[in-house]
Amino acid sequence: MSCANIQVSETPLMLYALRRADDALILGHRLSEWCGHAPILEEDMALSNIALDLIGQARELYGYAAKSEGRDNDEDKLAYLRDVRQYRNLLLVEQPNGDFAHTMVRQFFYSAFADLYWREMMSSRDATLAAIAAKSEKESAYHLRHASEWIIRLGDGTDESHRRVQAAIDDLWAFTGEMFAVDDGERALIHAGVAIDPGTLRGRWLTTLSDVIDEATLSLPQNDWMQQGGRAGRHSEHLGHLLSELQSMQRTFPGLTW
Amino acid sequence: MTTPNTPLWEVFIRSRNGLAHKHVGSLHASDATMALQAARDIYTRRGEGLSIWVVPSTAITASDPAEKGMMFEPAESKIYRHPTFYEVPDEVGHM
Repeated sequence: MSCANIQVSETPLMLYALRRADDALILGHRLSEWCGHAPILEEDMALSNIALDLIGQARELYGYAAKSEGRDNDEDKLAYLRDVRQYRNLLLVEQPNGDFAHTMVRQFFYSAFADLYWREMMSSRDATLAAIAAKSEKESAYHLRHASEWIIRLGDGTDESHRRVQAAIDDLWAFTGEMFAVDDGERALIHAGVAIDPGTLRGRWLTTLSDVIDEATLSLPQNDWMQQGGRAGRHSEHLGHLLSELQSMQRTFPGLTW
Repeated sequence: MTTPNTPLWEVFIRSRNGLAHKHVGSLHASDATMALQAARDIYTRRGEGLSIWVVPSTAITASDPAEKGMMFEPAESKIYRHPTFYEVPDEVGHM
């Protein structure tokens, strides 16, 4: 294995799988950054568990992508040997951990979406994607519950925790629109019954959010302006720094194994 | 980190083929819901259980170690209380 960037065939199916895999890997990596640093030991374990769930999802999706591409790329090459512009994850998941409130709000926004998304994807015509969806849905359901309980307690907690979690909601809100957008290639997969249209999930996603946000005595921003770019490889400055850490071993020692 | 906001909870897990919940450890959490989630994350991550109980540690009344002579030694000298003096007939099979 060389340490140079690989080329991938950017077919609609390949891009589709990479987008979901990259979401899971990058968010999993972000959560793993909390290992040893969480506010309490119990939460350290919880965040690491969620990170491992997500990295497991990423592995299956990269494996699927590599197989459907049919070149000599495998899950490791796809994760370790693509540069920042080749990554297709949501801008939301690459945002820095910030304080605990930011991490929980990021997780809440994403898991509320992922739970709905994977549940619908269980009826995909692609048997492998349907199987990945069935496994991911159970995991996402727990991630959502975990984040929801924290949002409620932080929002309806002290003045300080309320202020911090509301600030996190306001900061991250503009990154949520991208979850529901699709391009022409993905539109074709939706028509073929391979993928589902995430745009149809937005109403239910908002209901999930509102139930928790109301109970937490918080509010959702009225601002509808949404930042986009991650799905097309245009990222915030944070992803390059994340990848330099995530990929450092394979870039320094090509082909290294445990 | 014991604070009034995160009291201690005792965790009991019933394993896949176990009949009773067994004490596995303790954790800190703000309330019962969070304690249950933390118990799931800390004590069942390798498939250890199918059911979890969490109990506030303050709800447990414990025997006093200083009284262990009075409490437990009288039982030690009464081997006839153990059902080990009976011949079990073969026809009984597994008991």
